[in-house]
Amino acid sequence: MATATPEAVEARVVEALASFGPDADQVTRDATFEELDIDSLDLVELAQIVEDDYGVELKGDDMKSLKTVGDAIDLVVARAQ
Amino acid sequence: MPEPARPGAALVTGGARGIGAAIVRRLAADGWPVGIGYHSGAAAAEALVAEVEAAGGRAVALGGDIAAPETLEGHFGTLEERYGPVLVLVNNAGVNADNLSPQIKDEDWTRVIDTNLTAAFRATRRAIPPMLRARHGRVVNISSVVGLRANPGQANYAASKAGMIGMTKTIAAEVARRGVTVNAVAPGFIASDMTAALPAELLAHIPARRMGTPEEVAAVVRFLASDEASYVTGATFTVDGGISA
Repeated sequence: MATATPEAVEARVVEALASFGPDADQVTRDATFEELDIDSLDLVELAQIVEDDYGVELKGDDMKSLKTVGDAIDLVVARAQ
Repeated sequence: MPEPARPGAALVTGGARGIGAAIVRRLAADGWPVGIGYHSGAAAAEALVAEVEAAGGRAVALGGDIAAPETLEGHFGTLEERYGPVLVLVNNAGVNADNLSPQIKDEDWTRVIDTNLTAAFRATRRAIPPMLRARHGRVVNISSVVGLRANPGQANYAASKAGMIGMTKTIAAEVARRGVTVNAVAPGFIASDMTAALPAELLAHIPARRMGTPEEVAAVVRFLASDEASYVTGATFTVDGGISA
């Protein structure tokens, strides 16, 4: 299991989100999922990735409140503590 | 024994006997390591493991009441540890508790819905995220023609099997773009323990004039589990000798 430093989580989340379609340079902390055309199924897959890599379990209610890439990174880092 | 196209496992709930056992044999013959879910049939499950292994395949018997969430988690954990993600899930475990509707007790309603429908949902929910990551997955829900047309005495069973078809369609639409397919197979009268008590006159109502075999159902499941079925999703396949036609 990888250590969930903020830098590592950010890199992993950006990499994962870019794999769903948007260019990696568009995936900034302030970018919204709507802008990136990241939908709810993408976020389900992102949840599985962070669970596999960091042991952080994100539920449906957690995911629904996420609006930006930064929200997702911060949530994973906070849960991994 | 062929190797499956990708590393992973198959799970067949209710896999020790009847239709489930026939599905286990087919998937194992296609190279999948197969988890054989069973509740009461420990000896049958172990015998099937031995049979699959003797034929050069891989299988593991997984016991427990499928309606209990911890049973399912244990099945998935064992398969993931041994073989990798579950990429083929066959929700086959089923019970019946038949009676005319005024005589169906709450516990018989709940037990049938919990085992046939709720457990199938939980297993699918558990299976899908790793399938999404793998960009490949096959869920096959074993429904019944009773989910499509009336069969007096089986309101609880019919509700569970019709529920599986509705669930199949919606989950299929949710995950289709990730290479994950979800389909249902609706067997008619298939020779098994569950149908052994049915009267012989019934055959006159089946256009094919005979019961089906578990192998005839398993052949369709095997296709749906294969790479060749990649554009087939959200569908229900009757395997019933024409009875619902």
